[in-house]
Amino acid sequence: MSAPAGGVTANELLAVMGSRELKDNTTVFAGVGAPMLASALAQRIHAPGLTMVVEGGIVGPKWKPGWLPISTNEMRAAYRAQMLLGITDAFLLAQRGFLDVGFIGGAQIDRYGNLNTSAIGGSYDRPKVRLPGSGGANDIISLCREVIILTLHEKRRFSETVDFITSPGWLAGDHSRRRSGLLFGGVSRVVTTLGIFGFEPSSRRMRLEAVHASVTVDEVRESTGFEVLVSDTLTTTKAPTDEELGILRMLDPARQFL
Amino acid sequence: MTISRREYDFQAARLRLEHKSKTAGEKLTSIEEAVARVEDGDHVAFGGCLFSRTPLALVMALLRRRPAGLSISRNLMCYEGEWCMVAGAVEKVVTSWMGIGLPWGLSKIVREYVESGRVPMEEWSHLALGLRYRAAAMGVPFLPSLTMMGSSLVDVGGSKIIDCPYTGAKLLAVPALFPDVALIHVHRADRFGNCQIDGYPHMDADIACAAATVLVTAEEIVPENDIRLHPDRTVIPGFAVDALVHVPYGSYPHECYGLYDAEPEHFDAYVEGVNARGAAAVREYLDRYVYGPTTHAEYLAIFGDAVLADARRRGAELVS
Repeated sequence: MSAPAGGVTANELLAVMGSRELKDNTTVFAGVGAPMLASALAQRIHAPGLTMVVEGGIVGPKWKPGWLPISTNEMRAAYRAQMLLGITDAFLLAQRGFLDVGFIGGAQIDRYGNLNTSAIGGSYDRPKVRLPGSGGANDIISLCREVIILTLHEKRRFSETVDFITSPGWLAGDHSRRRSGLLFGGVSRVVTTLGIFGFEPSSRRMRLEAVHASVTVDEVRESTGFEVLVSDTLTTTKAPTDEELGILRMLDPARQFL
Repeated sequence: MTISRREYDFQAARLRLEHKSKTAGEKLTSIEEAVARVEDGDHVAFGGCLFSRTPLALVMALLRRRPAGLSISRNLMCYEGEWCMVAGAVEKVVTSWMGIGLPWGLSKIVREYVESGRVPMEEWSHLALGLRYRAAAMGVPFLPSLTMMGSSLVDVGGSKIIDCPYTGAKLLAVPALFPDVALIHVHRADRFGNCQIDGYPHMDADIACAAATVLVTAEEIVPENDIRLHPDRTVIPGFAVDALVHVPYGSYPHECYGLYDAEPEHFDAYVEGVNARGAAAVREYLDRYVYGPTTHAEYLAIFGDAVLADARRRGAELVS
């Protein structure tokens, strides 16, 4: 992973900022990488009552430091879990409304938080670049009460339009998400390596709410392919603490994901 | 619009099952005899998920027969899907995601075959594909769901949005997927095909009930009484199974929960070859690991006893 100033890597920053968004006594649908680290960190800092649910059908795992899973469906991901369900049934917990927060990432994102992880350029049948696909991302963004997107902030990712909506954010803004049939949920936060976005309540356009220490709004604008709305109450995030970084590095001593 | 009527035709699927022998008899056979039941043009669903409990021994035995025109489906398709593409065995891949995992990046084979239009990739959300198998396992043509609406995925398979007859709310009508054949690897079975799975259930029980023909490999064949003492552990009834083969390490080098761990270094070497030489590297891999060995035991001998024992040691450690 790239190492920004201060010796904090991009994934460490995302994991720390993501963890601070999680509340105690809630449930989170978490994938591998930064989301998993964010969830495990929150449990150790301020949210001991946080329960993780993972795509492979896992409820309440207690991942072993140094043994972090590569996939959401391998044995390490289920370490000391409270329950192992079939995959379909794990997602049905989210459809029923048991999942407060979902964490996802994406290759391409637009101003409404719509994500593309399927196909870039050309047509769906003959794309310029075929990406791996939705996996559970579409289900997580469709079914959790609230979704937090964790992503590197690069201009090629933050795009004026997405070529394909793999995972629907606020669609075309306003009430379009609800009108499409998605009666619940929505993207609440986009946590990036430059700052944190929320969404303007009526238009549902992405709006910068905070920048990380030593990042300017102009830098955010330069790295974003669409117009950046800025909150009137823009704040600066607190840099990752030694405690937070220490826990992340204890969980992943080989820095497989950090 | 890529779904076809035979995928969700619940009446035809029902009649097919009604006319099939639901024998409670012996299912044990050879792997060659098992995969001989797959016909060109069939839709074949693979059990497991990504590199967990993949029915690799069955996939390899099937590829040795040089099949053609298959549709294959799997919730998260790992590199066995790439083998099928390069081997010229498939004309459609149905999945929610295809690759090996984050550390291995985008699949060059998927890019080559899908971007050129040679093999269409029909993408569903992970839950939607699970519900396709579940609907079929339930014997109904679709299941209502709240997922996938508003996304471009709705158009890929041509799924329909309906109005709830009670509340008027919009619902995605996820079409059933009745595979012709299911390939499934389990921990243990008795000789009648009553199957038990440890750890991750994945989608195997639904796939087994959804398919017209079910081919199973088991790590262990146990006495009938072992199953009868723990019937709550049985997830696939013997009458659903057509052929059963005893294949220890039947998912290797993928993991089998509690028994053996996966081999990420093997994946590294595979991907390194693909990144350097593309489809030619997959052909070399197939020659060495799939077409070369005539039995699964010969295949395992390429890895060697020490490597297999180490995978078993790690597998036990991960659940202790």
